[in-house]
Amino acid sequence: MSLDAMPLKPFKTLRSKTLVLAAQDIDTDQIIPARFLTTTSSAGLGQYAFYDWRFDETGQPRNSDPLAGKDPQAHRILVGGANFGCGSSREHAPWALKDYGFAVIISSRIADIFKSNALKNGLLPIEVEAGIHTDLLDNPGCELVVDLEACTLSRPGHWTHTFSIEPFGRRCLLEGVDPLAFLQKCEADIARFEARHA
Amino acid sequence: MSPDPAPQTLLDKIWERHLVRPQSEDAPAVLYIDRHLVHEVTSPQAFAALKARGLRLRRPERTFATMDHSTPTVPFAAHEQPPYASEETRKQVAALEENCSAFGITLHGWDSPHRGVVHVMAPELGLTLPGMTVVCGDSHTATHGAFGALAFGIGTTEVGHVLATQCLLQRKPKALRVTITGRLHAGVSAKDMALCVMAALGAGGGAGHVIEYAGEAVRALNMEERMTLCNMSIEAGARAGMVAPDRVTFAWLKDRPHAPRGEAWEAALEDWRTLHSDEGAQFDKEITLNARLMAPMITYGLSPDKAMAVDSITPQPCSALEREALAYMGFTPGRPVMGEKVDVVFVGSCTNGRLSDLRAAARILRGHKVAEGVRMLVAPGSEAVRRAAEAEGLDEIFKAAGAEWRLPGCSMCIAMNGDMAQPGELVVSTSNRNFAGRQGKGARTVLASPATAAASAVWGEIADPRAFMEVPCVA
Ligand code: SF4
Repeated sequence: MSLDAMPLKPFKTLRSKTLVLAAQDIDTDQIIPARFLTTTSSAGLGQYAFYDWRFDETGQPRNSDPLAGKDPQAHRILVGGANFGCGSSREHAPWALKDYGFAVIISSRIADIFKSNALKNGLLPIEVEAGIHTDLLDNPGCELVVDLEACTLSRPGHWTHTFSIEPFGRRCLLEGVDPLAFLQKCEADIARFEARHA
Repeated sequence: MSPDPAPQTLLDKIWERHLVRPQSEDAPAVLYIDRHLVHEVTSPQAFAALKARGLRLRRPERTFATMDHSTPTVPFAAHEQPPYASEETRKQVAALEENCSAFGITLHGWDSPHRGVVHVMAPELGLTLPGMTVVCGDSHTATHGAFGALAFGIGTTEVGHVLATQCLLQRKPKALRVTITGRLHAGVSAKDMALCVMAALGAGGGAGHVIEYAGEAVRALNMEERMTLCNMSIEAGARAGMVAPDRVTFAWLKDRPHAPRGEAWEAALEDWRTLHSDEGAQFDKEITLNARLMAPMITYGLSPDKAMAVDSITPQPCSALEREALAYMGFTPGRPVMGEKVDVVFVGSCTNGRLSDLRAAARILRGHKVAEGVRMLVAPGSEAVRRAAEAEGLDEIFKAAGAEWRLPGCSMCIAMNGDMAQPGELVVSTSNRNFAGRQGKGARTVLASPATAAASAVWGEIADPRAFMEVPCVA
């Protein structure tokens, strides 16, 4: 099998509405509760995204949560409160969000491991400054345009913001570069390192 | 003569030693990983990715696995099947067993005398050594930093990267030094110190950083306590926490099964003694705390940084969200939480499931009973901890008090294996996360030290452990 097997679908631009979850410190146990981590596959986890927010103790929809009644395909940009994705390293969190329908996560601060996991799964994490963040929190459902090539986030008719993103992660998303294939191409260096430290 | 090299932090030194390729504008560094720890929950999809590409494990001898997260802790007889909580958990453990045998990985499974919570069992075996890079698909990998290792949690895709190439693509994190001066008062533990650090840094205060813990109070901690402190680093958003190795570290490691021996040990010591931040090394951020001002701590909110002295009052909420968090916990602003009725007490986890933790809880429980209506679970961190605890009769103390003495595992820390609280129940827990629902849907978690947890079990209410100790109550 080729080294470049299973690249991500490239991501260039997206125009969609936001879904706002304003709480700070939304942790990975909220994004997907641990009891749903017993799976051995990464597919189909969207049904468990924010499960305990969406369903009550008896499994009935609460219909009072911020996700209720919102068509996931029309709200592909999640705006979260500060420190989004804190907590565990479970990659099930981005898997669940991606499968639910999200393509972009925006916050003033996104937790390190979550950010790294998200990028590896074609879920674009964007950190924005406080002013933009406040505007987004105050205007749930507004339409945004994300342009990864230009690294811009705009709210048409209002503002355009340039965001920064780790360049390698950006390239992986834009070009569908596979990081594992990249690492495998470092084989000669790895072997040299191992020989030196044997 | 060459000029003196620039002073380096401990992070700089370990980072440099593991560079296969330095980072550039375009690409992260390729970092070599010395030790990879694997468990059942975050690995199946990584093994599947390897299989799909027809790849083998690059360094099986650097990889060790155990099962802890979804494994049952209810004791069972030798001829019985482990009492898995569900068919999925059984399958998940079976998948790990199959993957380890297919890829040639040493697995400390049901039949191993070393099985345990991954961050408890690996150090016991001497798998974590100073100066190493250690990773695991688990955010509390920071625990291993107690040995002066750079240890951090990774996602499942990266687990696959390490399995296949023994390397990771990483940008160098920033360095944050937390200096803790003075000495802890009697009755105040490393867990309380960790909660004080979280409260000072905030849930995102360590983001992008590796914490180095320094200062008199940190030097005075033994290895188990240092592991407790480093373990919680992720709760401030930090990738890792570390303590420079010293005589305490070396004494603890000597003669561990995977520690070097003989001449190799002497050579290692010489090298390990260089693993400290140089005088004048630059940190990107620094804070200083005073251990003398620390008291037994508990959390009152829904993230581990919402911590306060057990005998103080809950703060007034500053936002609607903080008000909601207090309401979820059932606490009233501006009121003490001491005296709140407790339903469940959990002692265990990679934060506080080691022998000294069980001793601290047992010291308080000895001669007392767990209060009527309170359920107490004690899950030792590993088989080694279980044996040692049973050898000194701690299990008998727990059982006599009315607590359940369980098998090693994560248990109620993550509530994946059937050990969980019911909606609305208040849990005093020695684990590391009080997120909403972490210990069961609708469950309310208060994080505390083993002593505070045990005192609360006896009292049936959130209690100050110093009431059970012959120590002066210093506010
Ligand atoms: S005890 Fe808790 S924090 Fe530690 S490894 Fe297990 S689930 Fe993770």
